[in-house]
Amino acid sequence: MVNLSLGHQFSGPTDPAADAHWPDVRERKGFFTDTSICIGCKACEVACKEWNHNPRDGDLELTAMSYDNTVSLGASTWRHVAFVEQDKERIEVARESGRRLVSLGMPSVRRPQDDAPPGPGASADATGTTDGAPTAYGNVDTTPPDTPEFRWLMASDVCKHCTHAGCLDVCPTGALMRTEFGTVVVQDDVCNGCGTCVAGCPFGVVERRSDGTAAPTTREGERKGEQPDVPKRGVAQKCTLCYDRLLDDETPACAKTCPTTSIKFGDHDDLVTDARERVAQLHAQGMTEARLYGANELDGVGGTGALFLLLDEPEVYGLPPDPRVCTADLPEMAKRAAIATGGMLAAAALAFLGGRR
Amino acid sequence: MTTSEFDATRPPEPPGRRRRFGKLARPRKRTPGGRTDGSAEMLMVPEAQFTSYYGKPVVKAPPWGHEVAAYLFLGGVAGGSGLLALGAQLTGRELLRRNARLGAIAAVSLGGVALVRDLGRPERFYNMLRTFKLTSPMSVGSWILTAYSGGAGITAVNEVDRLVGERLPLGPLRPVLRAVEGPAGWEAALFAGPLAAYTAVLLSDTANPTWNAAHKDLPFVFVSSASLAASGLAMVTTPVRETGPARALAVMGVAGDVAAMKYMEGRMDPVAAEPLHHGHPGELLKWAERLAIAGGVGAVVLGRSRVGSALSGLALLGASALTRFGVFEAGIESAKDPRYTIEPQRRRLAERQAAGVTDDSITTAR
Ligand code: SF4
Ligand code: SF4
Repeated sequence: MVNLSLGHQFSGPTDPAADAHWPDVRERKGFFTDTSICIGCKACEVACKEWNHNPRDGDLELTAMSYDNTVSLGASTWRHVAFVEQDKERIEVARESGRRLVSLGMPSVRRPQDDAPPGPGASADATGTTDGAPTAYGNVDTTPPDTPEFRWLMASDVCKHCTHAGCLDVCPTGALMRTEFGTVVVQDDVCNGCGTCVAGCPFGVVERRSDGTAAPTTREGERKGEQPDVPKRGVAQKCTLCYDRLLDDETPACAKTCPTTSIKFGDHDDLVTDARERVAQLHAQGMTEARLYGANELDGVGGTGALFLLLDEPEVYGLPPDPRVCTADLPEMAKRAAIATGGMLAAAALAFLGGRR
Repeated sequence: MTTSEFDATRPPEPPGRRRRFGKLARPRKRTPGGRTDGSAEMLMVPEAQFTSYYGKPVVKAPPWGHEVAAYLFLGGVAGGSGLLALGAQLTGRELLRRNARLGAIAAVSLGGVALVRDLGRPERFYNMLRTFKLTSPMSVGSWILTAYSGGAGITAVNEVDRLVGERLPLGPLRPVLRAVEGPAGWEAALFAGPLAAYTAVLLSDTANPTWNAAHKDLPFVFVSSASLAASGLAMVTTPVRETGPARALAVMGVAGDVAAMKYMEGRMDPVAAEPLHHGHPGELLKWAERLAIAGGVGAVVLGRSRVGSALSGLALLGASALTRFGVFEAGIESAKDPRYTIEPQRRRLAERQAAGVTDDSITTAR
């Protein structure tokens, strides 16, 4: 998996810690957040805040977004539990989109004997049959369990620790760095709060902590009197995957506290294997809506360090459906800018040469 | 669909608040005036549908205030002025040279102050210059700005010194400064084009839906805007007998600006391009185009009258400022509505899958 060719420095599969020239690369660490067993207790949010001394975000107001009063990830919120309430119709749509995903030629959920005939589409439960007939998953009875009238999706979101991290690439000071564990961390004593990383993250994760001025995308809250002063003002802040704890061979606070093991921490490669097993297991139970997010190293960010098992389309949880690290197009942009610069020079030269007459 | 006895104790839904997350939003309507070509062979592609998490943004807008928009404008004025100054230096147009040099240093200084003010920790601005990162347009740009300011500063000091009758306390430095004046003009001009163009990459090299979708053509808009703005400034400050080249550059700038903007919008995803037409940014960009055309026509028709030239110049400066603020604000708006992130991404994903590329999705069944 190690690929040091420059061709994969901007996009594609690679080992990020090795690319960052760490002399002692450690095993890449990550999270696997299995949302199918999340109970929405928000213990991860609390543990993260406590361990990292993150101040309060906002004014503790109720948002009327189900049980989610945290709203989003931000400078002082590094774990965010999303709550989505869905009715029967929406559940059906999720099932269907999951089936479509399976039919895109993902052979692992098929038994070997089924691999011979079916072309694309044939293996899908394309008709949407919900009763009886064993389907393309082999002998396993894939009849979905009774469609519930209602379901609750709960998912703990976190920084993805991208293989190709837009935030890190665009940071001009080097404050954002790749650790020996392949994770992405802000050095708050280097960051000068330029905010470029905020625009660079395709997942809307990193944020500049409010510096007390009225700036967009910084939520601090008005009624702050009753709590201690906010530390690290004006610099970018986000999940560090508990870098300090990793250095001591400890599990990150959120994973350690999660009572259902919905948040799993470990070596990235193992987590990918676990995630694949888990999604296959759910498919075998007929839960075709289960899918992985971030497990594909060919995706737009080279795969993520923090993977998710989702039960609906990513955007339902507030995740982008097709993120792409902006730097992947940087060579193209640089080329276009160079041509434009040349055009400007030519125009200026022409203006003066023409003016000679 | 009551499923729980506790539902009775739930507060009533606030009136008028649609449960966006519960249902699929209406299928995307084609934007009027948006591109529809290419859809014919895309019948395989399902219409992009739009669901979001309570309408909350997917990406975050950068915490940039209008200082950054002002910097986009000022950097452009400085870049264009650097080229005009060199041209004037080489063709012996003394007033144009002096005014372009002074304009350049004023613009670049103001721009630098605006940039530093916008930082979360302004006292650490120098951290940008402690490293050089090719992948970071902000880093590369800081170095371009620094290099440009060096040359522009030396030429400007010489001009000011001459203006006040060699009364600046330069002492033995004066002959040195005079000796490097010419090369400094060249040096500034060398970094002038990059100074005008890099800001486009700075905006586009982000996850911001509108800025990123414009990444192929925004540099052309920005260098054109820089050319017409610097020419406009020269037309305001300098007598008409020396501004012939500035007027010519202004006309080319206007043509480039209007054409590049149109071409860019046509090539962008129609949804990602929407913020350029709607609301306040749309209004700004509409007026930017009108002012640019007025200034360009003015430069041709009235350019030989001192007053007409100055008025046209003002129109051009205004046009450039509006273009920068419009593009800047459109991007900020595009980050606030999840639709601009989700719909183009879904569409491009579906298009790739329809074209048979099924191995590069972030969402996988295994
Ligand atoms: S999710 Fe965003 S903040 Fe986290 S590593 Fe990726 S680009 Fe950076
Ligand atoms: S805000 Fe800080 S971490 Fe983010 S890009 Fe700027 S210097 Fe880097």
